[in-house]
Amino acid sequence: MSDDSKKSPQADKSASKSDKSASTPEPSYLTAKRGLMSWLVTIDHKRIGLMYLTATMFFFLVAGLLAITLRTELFTGQQDFMSAATYNKVFTLHGAIMVFLFIIPSVPAAMGNFVLPLMLGAKDVAFPKLNLLSFYIYCIAAVMLILTLVLGSLDTGWTFYTPYSKTTGSAVIMATMGAFVAGFSSILTGINFVVTTHKMRAPGMTWNRMPLMVWALYATALIQVMATPVLAITLFLLVIERTLSIGIFDPAMGGDPVLYQHFFWFYSHPAVYIMILPGFGIISELITVHSRKHIFGYRAIAMSSVAIAVISFVVWGHHMFVSGQSELAGIVFSFLTFVVAVPTAIKVFSWVATLYGGSIRYTTPMWYALVFLWTFTIGGLTGVYLGTLSIDVHLHDTYFVVAHFHYVMVGGTVVAFLGGLFHWWPKMFGRMYNETLGKLSAILVFIGFNATFMTQFFLGHQGMPRRYYAYLPEYEALHQVSTIGSWILAAGLFLVLFTLVQAIKSGERASSNPWNAISLEWQTASPPIEHNFHTTPTVTGSPYDFPEIDKSGKH
Amino acid sequence: MIATFIPPEKLGTPQMSETPWELLPTASNHAASLDGLYVFLTIVCGISFVLVIGAMLYFMVKYKKRSDNDRTSPLTHSGKLEFAWSAIPAVFLMLFFVWGELDFVKLSAPPADAIDIRVTGQKWYWTIEYPGRPVAATVAALDGEVAPLLVVPLNQPVRLLMTSKDVIHSFYIPAFRVKKDVVPGRYASVWFTAIEEGTFPVFCTEYCGDEHSSMLAIVKVVPADQYEEAVRAATTLEQGEGETVEQFGEKVYKSFACNSCHNTDSTAKVGPGFGGVFGKSESFTDGSSGVVDENYIRESIYSPNAKVVSGFTPQMPSFAGQINDDQMNALIAYIKSLK
Repeated sequence: MSDDSKKSPQADKSASKSDKSASTPEPSYLTAKRGLMSWLVTIDHKRIGLMYLTATMFFFLVAGLLAITLRTELFTGQQDFMSAATYNKVFTLHGAIMVFLFIIPSVPAAMGNFVLPLMLGAKDVAFPKLNLLSFYIYCIAAVMLILTLVLGSLDTGWTFYTPYSKTTGSAVIMATMGAFVAGFSSILTGINFVVTTHKMRAPGMTWNRMPLMVWALYATALIQVMATPVLAITLFLLVIERTLSIGIFDPAMGGDPVLYQHFFWFYSHPAVYIMILPGFGIISELITVHSRKHIFGYRAIAMSSVAIAVISFVVWGHHMFVSGQSELAGIVFSFLTFVVAVPTAIKVFSWVATLYGGSIRYTTPMWYALVFLWTFTIGGLTGVYLGTLSIDVHLHDTYFVVAHFHYVMVGGTVVAFLGGLFHWWPKMFGRMYNETLGKLSAILVFIGFNATFMTQFFLGHQGMPRRYYAYLPEYEALHQVSTIGSWILAAGLFLVLFTLVQAIKSGERASSNPWNAISLEWQTASPPIEHNFHTTPTVTGSPYDFPEIDKSGKH
Repeated sequence: MIATFIPPEKLGTPQMSETPWELLPTASNHAASLDGLYVFLTIVCGISFVLVIGAMLYFMVKYKKRSDNDRTSPLTHSGKLEFAWSAIPAVFLMLFFVWGELDFVKLSAPPADAIDIRVTGQKWYWTIEYPGRPVAATVAALDGEVAPLLVVPLNQPVRLLMTSKDVIHSFYIPAFRVKKDVVPGRYASVWFTAIEEGTFPVFCTEYCGDEHSSMLAIVKVVPADQYEEAVRAATTLEQGEGETVEQFGEKVYKSFACNSCHNTDSTAKVGPGFGGVFGKSESFTDGSSGVVDENYIRESIYSPNAKVVSGFTPQMPSFAGQINDDQMNALIAYIKSLK
């Protein structure tokens, strides 16, 4: 692959020139400044992105190991090596760490921080210092959640449902405050991205010329800013109730436990889209770049992200069909849930249609994008079951739900995230990885993931409830397949780690644009210089107008 | 904490289905109508999946990169296609919504002639109360273990009126396809008409703490003419012929799920173990102390929080009005016998 000096509609001549001058020894953002302090007090979005990446990957590892422990305990129907109390603590930490410390910040804060300003042709985010602050707030939240391990009695599940969370040990206060603080980090990142997208676009980058990754990050940022405060209020009320004994959610003091669920899901359902929308953005990039085709239905994909962001605020009650909310509310929420399915379906169809007439390169990122289409389609379709009122009565709080949200969160977000890592890794570190190992990792993840979670749909429709450490013998066979699958999945993920780290240490040098992509992040050196671009690029066209596209009218 | 209330393998219900993809027994009116929708959804979603992934696989092979000179299609959008793939799924989605909604409305409206049965959830067992029967533990004997037993008549609507004494639980009968959260401080109700004889498991499906996994029960469907007799048998907890008072006491101990918090040896669980506890001097959380005698045990069962042994928290619910004098005497005799 050669340095791309072909005319790119996303960068005018001067930007192309700056690309060439990158070969003169202008230091990259990685080498421009040296020493630990230069990282700790950096306001460079790329370095903050990498710090986020390191932190989120660490927590992914921790929560992943917890998951393997849970699956291993579930290998037999009896209690094996963990007591009931330990099992409950482990699944709580698995969920809380995955959600609050990994998935929510992984794509927006880690990957988004790195690519958003580059894709917009900006030197940095709008508020670089706020960006650093949001990272440190995240670190404080992480320390608080980890402290609950030391305090040792958080066993409420990541949802902190009342009144159970009122009766259990004192670590709940620390954990909820941790989630509360993590929320602020999320809000600050959101504000930063919204302003950056509005104000920092390069000349010529109209809204319709923004890469779809930017659209996705923008829609995500809107949800972060609008929904997260509600979580903060809810968790704060929970702490007030516990410490001051003011009855809000606890029926023993005149409160309403179902009110807590309303508050909690009012945030946590939009949060599901905070987790998945950026994944959609990544997939839109990967599929076009590696199939050399203009994205199919740009406008529909961009607008569906915004539509999902808006509708996501009014579907929270579908988590509560059997909780005791009114039947009428259940019916309204079910209807709205079906409405949100439409823009999601449009996206999947558009990605598949993008492949049509392309010239598909089977690179590692493309493998992950194709795995995503498989897993996310299953995740989306099984969501239809759960949105259907009468069916949800049967499937609610069974393994069917566990399987569904893992198909969306892991099969969707995590697979997209891994694809994005392989796609942008050469940009981040200026090194290529071993493609064979990369593809092998995608295959292992695919097999392991499906073995782990496909079985759980069957467990669910057979009635296996979630959050059980011991279960009836008739569920054992499927649980064993699932557990073995989780080990394969873990092997795949360790291979990802190995491949990426090996690339940094001894990978071949990457060119500035190894995929011949058009969006602006590829029009500067790999790794980029500290200020991203020598001269501000000017944009004249779509980020998906590849030179291979046949405009002669023969197609 | 190894002991559980009912070891799941001893629940004693028949396996619900032979193979994973098979549906559960259609044991209630709701199950029958829900399964139709479930199968329909599975067919539609299955076809959609095959279409989407089939197209993907076809394109993957057909449009694999051949050479560096490949030209790709200039297609960027198609109004007609995009309208079609928005509108067609929307029609199916509305169909699912309406069908699900109709069944759900049926599920929320019990018929006027339904038999009312009260269900109370607490960590970690269910109490079942039948109209006109004394409040006694209702138990099914399973190979030496006991589980709460819900007896329902065949082909007759039953409404469960449910509440919780502590945290949120959820009453789930997979074979009936019904589930409802059981929330403290209010009543939740669920109804069904059983249409198949047999015994089926009941699960708690709202996480409620340590022994959530063991909070199981059994529903037993009997012919209508045997219903009253079955209820009487299930709600009768008396010393049987040839049973020693200690043996009867052990049955009481299990029936009221004392074993979910108290071990029969001296090890502590949620509460103190019973082994060798009788006659022992204990100090209490209020600073006083006393000897565990008949009166202390009686008081601890009827007003558990009066004197809590140091090192434990006041968690136990009162059993006043549930355990009668005969049962109490037997229970005390049983505790005395534990060394």
